[in-house]
Amino acid sequence: MSSIFTLSILQSALELGCIYALVALALFISFSILNIADLSTDGCFTLGCAVGAVVTIAGHPFLAFPAAMAAGVCSGFVTAFLQTRMGVPSILAGIIVNTGLYTVNIAVMGFSSNVNLFGCDTVFSLAKEVSDAAWYGSWHKLVIVAAIVLIIGVILSWFLNTRLGLSIRATGDNAYMVRASSINPVFTVTVGLCVANSLTALSGALLAQYQKSCDINLGQGMVTIALASLIIGETLIGRGGMLKRVAGVILGSCLYRFIVAVALRMSVPAECLKLVSALIVAFAISFPYLKGKASFYRARRMPAGTGGEDGEDEC
Amino acid sequence: MLILKNISKTFNPGTVNRKKALDKVNLELADGDFATIVGSNGAGKSTLFNAITGAFYVDEGQIILGDEDITYVKEHVRSKVIGHLFQDPLKGTAPHMTIEENMALAYLRASTATHAYFSRINGREKQKFREQLSLLNMGLEDRMKQPVGLLSGGQRQALTLLMATMVTPKILLLDEHTAALDPVTAEKVLALTRKIVAERKITCLMVTHNMHQALELGNRTLMMDGGHIVFDVRRGEESRLTVDDLLRQFQDRAGVQLDNDRILLSR
Repeated sequence: MSSIFTLSILQSALELGCIYALVALALFISFSILNIADLSTDGCFTLGCAVGAVVTIAGHPFLAFPAAMAAGVCSGFVTAFLQTRMGVPSILAGIIVNTGLYTVNIAVMGFSSNVNLFGCDTVFSLAKEVSDAAWYGSWHKLVIVAAIVLIIGVILSWFLNTRLGLSIRATGDNAYMVRASSINPVFTVTVGLCVANSLTALSGALLAQYQKSCDINLGQGMVTIALASLIIGETLIGRGGMLKRVAGVILGSCLYRFIVAVALRMSVPAECLKLVSALIVAFAISFPYLKGKASFYRARRMPAGTGGEDGEDEC
Repeated sequence: MLILKNISKTFNPGTVNRKKALDKVNLELADGDFATIVGSNGAGKSTLFNAITGAFYVDEGQIILGDEDITYVKEHVRSKVIGHLFQDPLKGTAPHMTIEENMALAYLRASTATHAYFSRINGREKQKFREQLSLLNMGLEDRMKQPVGLLSGGQRQALTLLMATMVTPKILLLDEHTAALDPVTAEKVLALTRKIVAERKITCLMVTHNMHQALELGNRTLMMDGGHIVFDVRRGEESRLTVDDLLRQFQDRAGVQLDNDRILLSR
């Protein structure tokens, strides 16, 4: 087993974990907080990747991130607009935007299905030149992505405790209450989805520079993968303050990448990973329900008078 | 001051399911009026409340609150000056947020400045919330960091009442807000309601199915049936109505026997 947990595996799992943690944080906002399944995540991730790649190729590796985030905000705004102002059900709004984004993404990449960034300056290549220290040479990527994720995580947990953040949280928590208080759900849903999608796109842009390429199918299944990370994180950390939950999501993402890395190491074919993440998500979401069911059946199977009726009440 | 002028609302117009829920309702509540509303299910009581809060726009008529015509003002804008309590104690608070956070949301109405969006709850506000919670005598002031979902129904309803009146509303709408609570808790929440409304002279409309409550609370009793206000009496010292009077009035005015057991049972 010792050969499975090499340092380089841990390192790349942490790097990818931090990058994809941004998508998990985006779903934390839309899925956990706003209670909206935002299915435009796949397309938005690719959008961020494409915009980030194109801007980087144009010679602006730092500008790539705000540009990608701005693109993500636009995407989130359209999704929110459809569901708050046009009466489109939220799941359908995400699917519609996701479909439309495919064309947009191809167009951003100059009507080709992939672009590569070889020979371009990226934040990673620029950062590498900062120091000659031996450890830094191999760990600089992790330093950058971890710093970005930490900053985003702190800002996000701060934001969710401001009045606007509280309003967004209330919107997903109790629709009746929101209607009776002076919160405008149209506004809070829009802000929430814009913030969420900007994070998704930022993650895409980071990945583009990290792997020096962008492919039109890159985002496929991203929503499931991010959900898996989110659920792993929430299961591990549980409920609590915002900072704790945000930290849990980041941890969950790193852990998920670690599981994937180990699976790859144990020669699970790369094509199977999507199935594995689908199974993780399906199991994690259904687990609390199955647990309740199981305790009900256990209680019912008991002979009458030994607590069987209590079991009925539980359900 | 609340004035309803000839407001009507028809649900599902033009279909076989059309229902005229409000039919040219006129009502004038003076500042500080506390009116109770009785009426069987489907009489239009909740529809009346929803028309006032802006859950929908009325088909015709005019709604004036204070000096402002709010007939076409959006729901979230109106709710800055309207307090609304539901029958279901779970509806008024966000269960996964802490008591403190819920109160901070209610306090949002007080601030109109946009920079308030990015402000956080400060120590002074925490102290204020704490003081208000301690008035409830429920020990909630020591549980401010706990999620509201852990509170009992009565505690949640008391908290909702506190939140609805934190910034004194121009009108407080109580939609059977004690009906889902056990008698002791209901009495407690009711006493609290009476206290807050009296202290701050809040104009108040309260739906109830309890005839005693309808006659005991406030200074005015309204009766609704079929989308109309069929009976409207100001209660002075000299004209003491009894529950039997009210039931007789109901039969006379509405022209039907009471079809709701709850009304009879809660005599």
